[in-house]
Amino acid sequence: MDFNDTPEEAAFRAEARAWLEANAAYKNPDAPGQDPLGERIDDATLRAAQAWQKKKADAGWACIRWPAEYGGRGATAIQGVIWGQEEAKFETPPNIFSIGHGMCGPTIMAHGTPEQKQKWLPRMLSGEDIWCQLFSEPSAGSDLAGLRMTAVRDGDDWVVNGQKIWTTGAQFCDWGIIVARHDPSAPKHAGLTFFVVDMRAPGTEIRPITQINGGQGFNEVFYTDVRIPDSYRLGEVGDGWRVAITTLMNERASIGGMTGGGGGIGDLLRLASDLEIEGAPAIEDRAVREKLAGFYVRSKGVELTGRRTLSALSQGKMPGPEASLMKLVATRLIQEIAEYAVEIQGAAGATTDAESTPQAGRWQERYLAIPGLRIAGGTDEVLRNIIAERVLRLPPEMRMDKDVAYKEVPTGPPNT
Amino acid sequence: MNFDFSEDQKLLQKTARDFLEEHSPLSVCRAVLESDQPYARDLWKSAAELGWLGTVIPEEFGGAGFGALELAVIAEEVGRALAPIPFSSSVYMATEALLLAGSPEQKQKHLPRLAAGESIGTFALAEKPGQNAAEAVETRFERGRLSGSKLPVPDGDVADFAVVAARTGKGVSLVLADLGADGVEARALASFDPSRSQARLRFENAPAELLGGEGEGAALAERLLDRAAVLMAFEQLGGAARAFEITKEFTLGRYAFGRPIASFQVLKHRLADLWCDIELTRSNCYYGAWALSNDEDELGSAACIARIAACDTFAAMSEDMIQMHGGVGYTWEYDCHLFYRRAKWLSAVLGNPSSWKHKLIDRLRARPA
Ligand SMILES: Cc1cc2nc3c(=O)[nH]c(=O)nc-3n(C[C@H](O)[C@H](O)[C@H](O)COP(=O)(O)OP(=O)(O)OC[C@H]3O[C@@H](n4cnc5c(N)ncnc54)[C@H](O)[C@@H]3O)c2cc1C
Repeated sequence: MDFNDTPEEAAFRAEARAWLEANAAYKNPDAPGQDPLGERIDDATLRAAQAWQKKKADAGWACIRWPAEYGGRGATAIQGVIWGQEEAKFETPPNIFSIGHGMCGPTIMAHGTPEQKQKWLPRMLSGEDIWCQLFSEPSAGSDLAGLRMTAVRDGDDWVVNGQKIWTTGAQFCDWGIIVARHDPSAPKHAGLTFFVVDMRAPGTEIRPITQINGGQGFNEVFYTDVRIPDSYRLGEVGDGWRVAITTLMNERASIGGMTGGGGGIGDLLRLASDLEIEGAPAIEDRAVREKLAGFYVRSKGVELTGRRTLSALSQGKMPGPEASLMKLVATRLIQEIAEYAVEIQGAAGATTDAESTPQAGRWQERYLAIPGLRIAGGTDEVLRNIIAERVLRLPPEMRMDKDVAYKEVPTGPPNT
Repeated sequence: MNFDFSEDQKLLQKTARDFLEEHSPLSVCRAVLESDQPYARDLWKSAAELGWLGTVIPEEFGGAGFGALELAVIAEEVGRALAPIPFSSSVYMATEALLLAGSPEQKQKHLPRLAAGESIGTFALAEKPGQNAAEAVETRFERGRLSGSKLPVPDGDVADFAVVAARTGKGVSLVLADLGADGVEARALASFDPSRSQARLRFENAPAELLGGEGEGAALAERLLDRAAVLMAFEQLGGAARAFEITKEFTLGRYAFGRPIASFQVLKHRLADLWCDIELTRSNCYYGAWALSNDEDELGSAACIARIAACDTFAAMSEDMIQMHGGVGYTWEYDCHLFYRRAKWLSAVLGNPSSWKHKLIDRLRARPA
């Protein structure tokens, strides 16, 4: 039992670090970590992110797990993790490419034709094109296969109509992956087809949506007679659900590892040392100490479970549905930590003013951002269903929507 | 990185599991619980023959000469089986104490007998309810004689000797006391888990000898408790995992409203959450085992983490086990209460989780971040 790299892993880590040291600056370890869902993407940030991605691509350090023909280096899963660990130690622009690289790219690799792969993957890798995921609709979130957007064949094109929602990054993206219904008389999962869509295609209207924290990370996207060439279809007509599953599997794998930023137990321990309750450091209060210890134990449990997963990866085993555990446990935990950090501030917990609020009000900001993490990429409840059914093999949910035509499925009262 | 047990260690674990499945089904635990016998003597004999009692005892003293990782996998299996034997007291406490602080003569005298199961040892620290710290003991050791009383002492009724925390001229020290000697009275106490004993020990000018340096008792006790906490956490982990499996099987077989109760989403979600808890606890236990065999510096916090997670998880699992069984879960006849009792017993004996939480914060503050 050990935490050490194998000799090959150590050599790879050294190579990665050497390149990073030559091209970026180390993060200040005392600076607050990057917050989850920090949606402050202005033009300058966008350009900086693209420049950093280009630099990595030119040196062969972008999407290293991808095959060389698209600009990657065919690295192993564990090398991918090692690169991520090393890059995280350096000051870099926010990663606006994660949906493209983590979900769209792998989906195209799995289901695209050689021409499609050549057309999209190299420019996605180099950051020239930014990608988004247009799956959810007002009436289809957890129940994604319930989506309504229509696609009707017209010559060499498909004509799509309908609305997508919660599309992260749509306002600055070039391309998207989209699922639409070509056959409403088929059972719901069978009537779907998967496409790549140009975000600037005529008839597309993108409206940012304001989140509870005032950020605008996601959008609603309206489609009115938008034409998608048939050559942009991924997989066969009617294969949409199978293709979408590839995307979702990759989504859960990438979100699980995403909560390592600020707002963890380390930040809470610092707050509890700095903050005073009735004239003494909060960390000397018995009730506070017991809470902190409980959070610490769970945080370590998450971190160490990650290490067990990495050990399996290092031996060439791929994680299965049990990876849902990480996102389920970690997001709930950081919400409880943020909630408690605000609580121990007493009356100041109700302010967000940077000058007069402990740690410049960052805990309040986090507390407002975190609820989104428990919903995006599979809600807590959906993840528990996955664990219960796919890991523990408990009986599936009773369903009212199987083996009936999509148009016969109950949808609830009309929106008023 | 290989944050996992080795193939050899897993094989050892499998052998232990197979043996216990055959020789220590839950009926063995129940038999001890329902009778006057304090522990399962045959099973204890087998544990000695299989070399489990001497897992970490060096070969020169009759042991197997393995490390803490091998003992951890066996502890998990002992926990899964709810084995009704004084394993934790004799192996994690008495044996570890001798290995930590024993003189060559003391080791020579006790370790071979411990490995062979001919002698059972225990650790006597607490004296009254609410006390967890060695610093608070009032039992005195002067001029080779021990006086005072210890309550409760796990397995104190069946132990042949005890490692006792006592006050001496230079603070707190550990001493070795033969429980068959004059001036020692051992009385079994009714136990929350009658498959594991509890006792009160009274010493009146009983003969005893120092174990380790005089005045080093508090520090030794702390190290001892840290080491034992990790090993016991594996026992708790094993118990929780077994309770989970039994509960899951039950919910699949029990029908209500025309369907298996395992198809109700509340129960599915609760089982999913319990599974997550057990997985995180497993990771915390592994970390404790790693620290135990590699890194004394990390052991301080790793032991706390393993202990807290294991206590909380086994308690929660055993509570939900009864709940998900419904009425039968509350009967003497079903096995749920065996887990419920063992979870609480194990969580009480090394100091409660709350005391470990304070220890953890103290230790985190004492070291640079
Ligand atoms: C910050 C953020 C970013 C996002 N980015 C994207 C994106 O880029 N692209 C994209 O396509 N989508 C995106 N989403 C959408 C996200 O995938 C959906 O919001 C999510 O799947 C939930 O769907 P819903 O909002 O329709 O809620 P619903 O599915 O209506 O859920 C409402 C409640 O019902 C519960 N529920 C639903 N079904 C079940 C069930 N079977 N069992 C038990 N409980 C159930 C849910 O858990 C939830 O609590 C994003 C969402 C957020 C919050």
